[in-house]
Amino acid sequence: MNPKKTDRRRFLKNGAALAGLAVGASASALPAAAAAEPAMEKVDELHLYGERSHFVTTVRNGSINNPERRVKDEQVAFGLRTPIQDLEGMITPASLHFTISHGFEPRDIDPQEHRLLIHGMVDRPLIFSVDELKRLPFVTRFHFVECHGNSSPRGPGGDARVSVNATPQETHGFTACSQWTGVPLSLLLKEAGVQKSATWIIAEGADEPKHSKSIPVGKAWDDALVAYGQNGEPVRPEQGFPLRLIVPGWQGINNVKWLRRIALVDEPYMAMMETSRYPSMRLDGKSRWFEFELGPKSVITRPAGGYHMPGPGFHEITGLAWSGAGTVKRVEVSTDGGRTWKDAQLHDPIARKAHTRFSIPWTWDGNEATLQSRCTDDTGTVQPTIVEVAKLWNADVDFFKKTEQVVGDFNAIQPWKINKDGSVQNALF
Amino acid sequence: MRFSRFLCCGIVLMAASAALAQAPSYSNVGKTPTKEEIAAWDISVGPDGKGLPVGQGTAKEGGAIFAEKCAVCHGPEGMGAKIGPRIIGGIADTETLTTLKPVRSVGGYWPYATSVWDYIRRAMPRNQSGTLTPNEVYSLTAFILSKSKIIPEDQVLNEKTLPKVQMPNRNGFVPARYEDIPDEHKRGCKQGICP
Repeated sequence: MNPKKTDRRRFLKNGAALAGLAVGASASALPAAAAAEPAMEKVDELHLYGERSHFVTTVRNGSINNPERRVKDEQVAFGLRTPIQDLEGMITPASLHFTISHGFEPRDIDPQEHRLLIHGMVDRPLIFSVDELKRLPFVTRFHFVECHGNSSPRGPGGDARVSVNATPQETHGFTACSQWTGVPLSLLLKEAGVQKSATWIIAEGADEPKHSKSIPVGKAWDDALVAYGQNGEPVRPEQGFPLRLIVPGWQGINNVKWLRRIALVDEPYMAMMETSRYPSMRLDGKSRWFEFELGPKSVITRPAGGYHMPGPGFHEITGLAWSGAGTVKRVEVSTDGGRTWKDAQLHDPIARKAHTRFSIPWTWDGNEATLQSRCTDDTGTVQPTIVEVAKLWNADVDFFKKTEQVVGDFNAIQPWKINKDGSVQNALF
Repeated sequence: MRFSRFLCCGIVLMAASAALAQAPSYSNVGKTPTKEEIAAWDISVGPDGKGLPVGQGTAKEGGAIFAEKCAVCHGPEGMGAKIGPRIIGGIADTETLTTLKPVRSVGGYWPYATSVWDYIRRAMPRNQSGTLTPNEVYSLTAFILSKSKIIPEDQVLNEKTLPKVQMPNRNGFVPARYEDIPDEHKRGCKQGICP
């Protein structure tokens, strides 16, 4: 993608939005001033909505994977990946948040028209406008959203993931972390008066295929939220504007975008995605369905694949760690291929079910080295090696190279090999 | 899994039952939807047929609709084309599930016929979802299942017969019991990976 082109398009779009605003907003002093000073108008427009430096060009990669727009020879991918190697801290800018919309274009829904319906096994069915939801008590929390196929060695885009030239974006780009603001789902359930027989919820989106997901009601009472805010601004269209269900720590597919309906029911409703696309296939042909919680995972983002070491000397190693079970308690880093490990520093904020930034000082001596990180969460669960993952799968490591399937919930330790010439390579296999 | 989380779920459940008795706390926020409003949006169909509207259709009727509205994306035989994936396929696909290249076709992989009905109604045809009548959806479901050799060509599918269709891969999922699904402890998941 040509970043300059994107910037220009965005500028034009913002200009159009501003024109619309000027018509409706009589209280604004801007239209009058702009009319008097046409030259000033242009300058103001440039700064009304901030742009990043033109020297910064990092973008998502992959494809939205809309088959109607697929160009010939385009590599089939799940979606667009976050360039995690270019991020600082633990927040993902919304503009770089990974995007998967299952082959359909993300919608941009008029929030005035949008409604959220809560019904089914409740005493009082309720329908809310977005403005009404914003009148209710809210919470603001950091949470990651991660696709269950993130870091899978195989599946769509699998070649890029296992390539020795893979970057962290290609190996682990289907995760992102935001500060979400919204109404706790438990509050809405109390308002509706959930009946005792309700054991599951169905969450449904207003996208073209009306994505539908069954979720145990215990999670709805626990920490799910109906988010309208992301990193201080409204949730972005490709993230579900105006409402997204956030289901902390659980596979991304549960975080229903464009949320329009929550039904209280007494069994999983066996929707398309949860029965046919997302179950992960075992070697014996059986499929694990309804896997929810994502295990502890971490990845070094610098130095990492695609980076070039400027030469021997000091280099702070940094990366991201997270766990669907809770808080990251510890991240250890090895620079000698896993023989010895040292504790990395965890940087604030360290939040439940959120990316946690870690770093550790290191001096490269110019020789070959293999860097890897290992996350432990506050339940004591330790991120496994690929050999341990294979054991849990009852498979050989080789299986992960050969299968045509997405290996769901694959959270093996990610090694990066530093060569003498300063190049850094993916050393998963 | 972790004992602490197990405890935590118990507390959540207790909190849930305490909440059951509560009256609404926020006045004049949210409205009571009409029955018609709920009916218009409530398109979920459960595995036992809950939510299926009255209606019926056969593979023959479905074939004509398929040719008109579906073949353009899924190919004339439903074997997949540029836009739509392959949807026809039966027991032969089920037998690929132990290989490195399993085929997850509707007929060979999907565990419930109700999911086929539900997905066609909510999502298809592409860019015109919600336009098919219940009879058309029953007919298309019958066409797919008959082409996949799961039901006979002349079988009439309706709200009573559809949930009774046995899909070849119905027992291909773990855990088998619904009540074991939410509990990662019972499932024996370790280090974030379920057995």
